[in-house]
Formats: sequence, structure tokens, C-alpha cells
Amino acid sequence: MTTPVNTLSRPVARPAPAVRFKQKPEMPIRRQVIFQIACIAIAITVLFPILWIVAMSLDPRDISRPDSLIPPGAGLQAYAKVIAKPTLNDIPFVRLALNSAFIAVIIALASVSIGSMAAYAFSRMQFRGRQVLMIGILAVLMLPAVATIAPLFVQLNKITAGGFNLRASLLGVALAVTSSQLPFAIWNIKGYLDTIPRELEEAAAIDGASRFQTFVRVILPLATPVLAVTAFFGFLAGWTEFYFSNVFLTGNADLTTLAMALNGMVGQYAASTPWSQFAAFSVLVALPVSVVYLFLQRYIISGLTVGGVKG
Amino acid sequence: MTTVALGPVATAPRGSRWRRSRNARAAYLFLLPAFLVMLIITFYPLVFQVWMSFTDYGLTNLKAGAPAPNYVGLANYGRILDNNIVIPNFDFLRILVFNLFWAFTNVVIHVVLGVAIALILNVKGVKFKRFYRAVYILPIVIPPIIVATVWRNLFDPQYGAINQVINGTIGVLFKLPPVQLDWLNQPNPIFSFGPLILPLAYFALLTTNVWLGWPLNSVVATGALQAIPQDLYEAAEMDGAGWWQQFKAVTLPWLRPAMLPFAIYGFVVTFNLFYLSYFMSGGGPFGQTELLVTTAYRLVAEQHLYAVAAAFAIFEFFILLAITLVTNYLGKATAQFDA
Repeated sequence: MTTPVNTLSRPVARPAPAVRFKQKPEMPIRRQVIFQIACIAIAITVLFPILWIVAMSLDPRDISRPDSLIPPGAGLQAYAKVIAKPTLNDIPFVRLALNSAFIAVIIALASVSIGSMAAYAFSRMQFRGRQVLMIGILAVLMLPAVATIAPLFVQLNKITAGGFNLRASLLGVALAVTSSQLPFAIWNIKGYLDTIPRELEEAAAIDGASRFQTFVRVILPLATPVLAVTAFFGFLAGWTEFYFSNVFLTGNADLTTLAMALNGMVGQYAASTPWSQFAAFSVLVALPVSVVYLFLQRYIISGLTVGGVKG
Repeated sequence: MTTVALGPVATAPRGSRWRRSRNARAAYLFLLPAFLVMLIITFYPLVFQVWMSFTDYGLTNLKAGAPAPNYVGLANYGRILDNNIVIPNFDFLRILVFNLFWAFTNVVIHVVLGVAIALILNVKGVKFKRFYRAVYILPIVIPPIIVATVWRNLFDPQYGAINQVINGTIGVLFKLPPVQLDWLNQPNPIFSFGPLILPLAYFALLTTNVWLGWPLNSVVATGALQAIPQDLYEAAEMDGAGWWQQFKAVTLPWLRPAMLPFAIYGFVVTFNLFYLSYFMSGGGPFGQTELLVTTAYRLVAEQHLYAVAAAFAIFEFFILLAITLVTNYLGKATAQFDA
């Protein structure tokens, strides 16, 4: 297995910035200008697609190419249209968002609650079969989710009750995604728990707390950042989930998710959608999760770098 | 699989036997929920998948009370290797070669660009570093499916931004007639050698994935750069080492332990990158930008060949296993060379 990169571990105190023995002179102005030009050029390539799509979403003329950053008569018409009727069916945007959010919340809750308990066992306890189980989880982690789509489809399809078929339900999709999200959650949380010192637990044990009490009262509060990040990644996986929902949720337009609607707009068999509406839709889908990601970014990234160095 | 870092071994109290077995019992209780869930929705389907790959499981077997599928032996595996599948332009070897080339070229560019930009932002005295770092992080936080659909729009031959920018800059400078490059569907390959065929769409996908991929590499490289003790550079400077010598003697050895595992991780992620191929080029033209994951997906979503898809997934598993073993070996070999 490749060394999986934990997205998070406890921020390790960085070595204090080296004491400057000699105050170096400021960078010569010409070098500064060259560096600034390079940095700005890179920033433009990064920002260009984002600004393009935002400009397009604000364009009231339903044209396909924005010609200025703030188009004349810029407005939120495309947003209004796409919120009222994003697909060919009469399903409002809120319905799509709720469907996706439902899948996302189940994945987040299941992977964090179940994953944190397993991670605690792997991080702190010694038992027979530990190595085998950990390698089993890593092996699953390596498989792309798409690779299990056929057996999951067939298996979930067998579970029916009355008119309800688990395969053709939002819950079924959430279960299918959890199957690949849970190994990641276990691995990610374990990586963080390994860095929490044991003294606090030992103190709790001396005070007579049971394993479970220690886990709930001592470990979980200390692990809040990694739980938040893992829950967020679970939510993200559900919010933009495409391959399972597109295959599983056939024949019931009410269960359409955000990604399925997006596929209807620009996928291979897309009906022609005014691009300003596609742009508005993209912004609506991306904005909430992107903002949360930016907030959590500090934790995610400190884990990446520290974990990387350790790996 | 041998280098799995299992973390610090838990402190098993070497107490009485009773105490140890109680400890193990607690561990199993903590594992029980995850074990049950994974047994049902992960491991059982994987075993079922192996069985399915030896049958002719198809749409007709899905209905309740339908007859059991027939045992067909290795026929599904044979069909895949013989390219005897209804997907148009299916060619297993070509897809595999393209997929490997796709992952390799991406990772090389990601790492080189990521390190280079991290170095620029690590130079002392460059102003507005914090601002640039905040901007450069943006591609990471946008969901990949949105990135794919937005770039598909950018590469549109008529209305896409890319053609317009080319016409507006190079076209104006050299007074060229306006181009209308059909980036994602242009049928004539740019490069073709044996099973390796690179259509223009490959370069469009590559551009998109470079935009998407270098920032995270840059973040990892920045972390590693900031961990380098400054006195190493001061010592090197006193010894009269120039910029390049300092880079070779100090920076690179300190970057390697952080970047190498991340590059391997990036290789696997890029190898399995579904969204760009599926949403931008749709695997086209003529299936030339199809990846293993998108093919596996089409077998289920479009062809409903569940049994063939199962066999295909098992091929995929062994290919990924081989990649992991090879990259692990290479990683270790180069590390030894370093020491």
C-alpha cells in the first residue's frame, strides 16, 4: 500500500523561526518586481476559470461568452431561473439540494461515529488480528469506489419491502458511498489519535473511568478537529456524489441529486442549457462546500504536511 | 504491503492474562460496529463480485424470482482481453497504456510545478506571500465535478474561453485568422505510437488537471521547505555554495521524504480520476481518453453487463496492486540511493 496521507494530525509546534544573526538588506527592487510578476501571472491562471464562471452566471443576456468581468446589467436572473427550475422536470433546486444533503449527512454521521470507535481501538488497544484488519482496511481504501458499483447494485437491489427498493433510494446511495468512505474515516482519525498523548487517558483510568467513558469524555473532545474534517469530507463525498446516484436512482425524478442535474446540463447526453444558468448552478453547488473547506483548510493542510514529512 | 506504518503499538499492559483478555474484548466491542457495517457493505460485495465475475449476470437476473445466472468460467476475463465488448472502440491494452501515461505525466508536472512555486513563495523578502498562498489554494476547495464541468465549458470550440484567449493574444499579436480548435473532440491524434494514442483532448484534460493538481503539491512542498533548518543554508553559503548547489545539497534531500509518498499517493488518485475524463471529453474521441474507472462505470451504467464489470474491477484491483508494489519498491530503492 502506498503510504496513505492522513489529512490531519495534531499541529506540531513549528521550530521557532531562525534567529536572524545579520539583518539582510531588503530584496533589490528589480528582483522584487520579477517575483511579483511571476506570482501575479500564476494567480491569474488560478483565478481565471473561477472569475469566468462567476461572470457568466451574472450575465443577464443568456449568452455563452462573458465579455467583461461584470457584464452590463449584471444580475441574478440566472440564479432565479435555476433555483426555480434547474432541470427539465418540475423539481426546484431546493429539492435537489435536500436530496444531496440527505445522502451527505448520513455519510458524514455514519463514517465519523463508527469510524472514530474503530480508530480508537486500532490506535490504543492490542488484540489478535489487529494487523490483518488494518491491512484489510488499507486494501479497501486503495480500491476506487467505482470498482464496487456492480456488486453493490445487485446486492442492494435485492432488499425490498413493499414498494420500497433500497437500491433505488437515497439511503441506498448513502450506504454505497459509506462503504468507501468508512475505511478513509478510520484511517484518518486513527492517524490523529496516534498523536494524542496517553497521560490523560491513564489519569481517567485511575479515576475509575471505563474504556467507553474515557473514549467519550477524554478522547472525543480532544479529537474534535479531526472529527470535523472527517465529517466534512464525508459530507463533500455525498454532496457531489455522482456515479452511484446516477446508476441507482433511475426512474424517480423526485430523487434527482445535484450532480445528476449537473450531468443533465453538461454531460454527454445533455439537453441544451443556457450557460449562464449552468454557471449559476455550479456556483450554487460549489460555494457552500468551498467556504467550509476554506475554514477547515488550516487543519487539513497542517495534517498533510506533517503527515507527509513523517511518512 | 510490507511498509504499512501501523503507528505506535498500543501499550498493552503486561498484566494478568485476565486483564489482557478483557482489554482485547473491549477492542472487539469498539470494532464491532465498523466490522459489521464493512462486512455487509464492503467485504461481502467484494466477495460477491468475485463470484459474479465467473457468471453471466445481466439485466435479466436482477428481477425478484429471476433464475440464477449461469456459470461461465473465465469467459468474462477472456472477453475483456480479447476486446470482445459492446462498448465502441474498446481496447483494453490501449486504455491501460493511456491510463498509466496519463497518471505519470500528470504527477511529474504536478510535483515539478508545485515545488517550483513553493520555492518562489519561500524566497525571503517577496511581498504579499500570504495573499498569493490564499489565492493558490482555491482550486483545491472546489468540488472536482464542478471543476470538470467548468473546464468543459472553457474548452468549448465556439464559446469557450480558451479559444477566445488564444485568438485575443497570440492571434492578435501574429495577426492570425481566428482558430476554432475543437479541444475535446478533435479526431486526429496529436501523437500516436503503438498502443499509446494522445488526442488533443488529452492535452485539454492535462491542462485542467495541472490547474487542479499543483496547488496541493505546492502546499506539501511548502511544509517541507519550512521544516529545513536555516543554518544548513548558512553553512552552505559559508562554504561558498551557489544557489543551485544549495538546492541540490540541502533542499532536495529535505524535500524528498515529504514529496515522494505524496507523489505516489497522487499517482493512484490521478490513475483513478473519474470526473475529468467522464465529464470533459466523455472518453472521446473514439474512446482515446477513456480510463479504467470510466470504462468500469460504463459497463454498469450504460451496458448493464454486471458480470463483465465485476471481472473488469478485478483486473483493476490487480493493476492497482501492481502499481502500489512497484511504486513502493521504487520509493525504497531511491531512498537507499539517497543515503
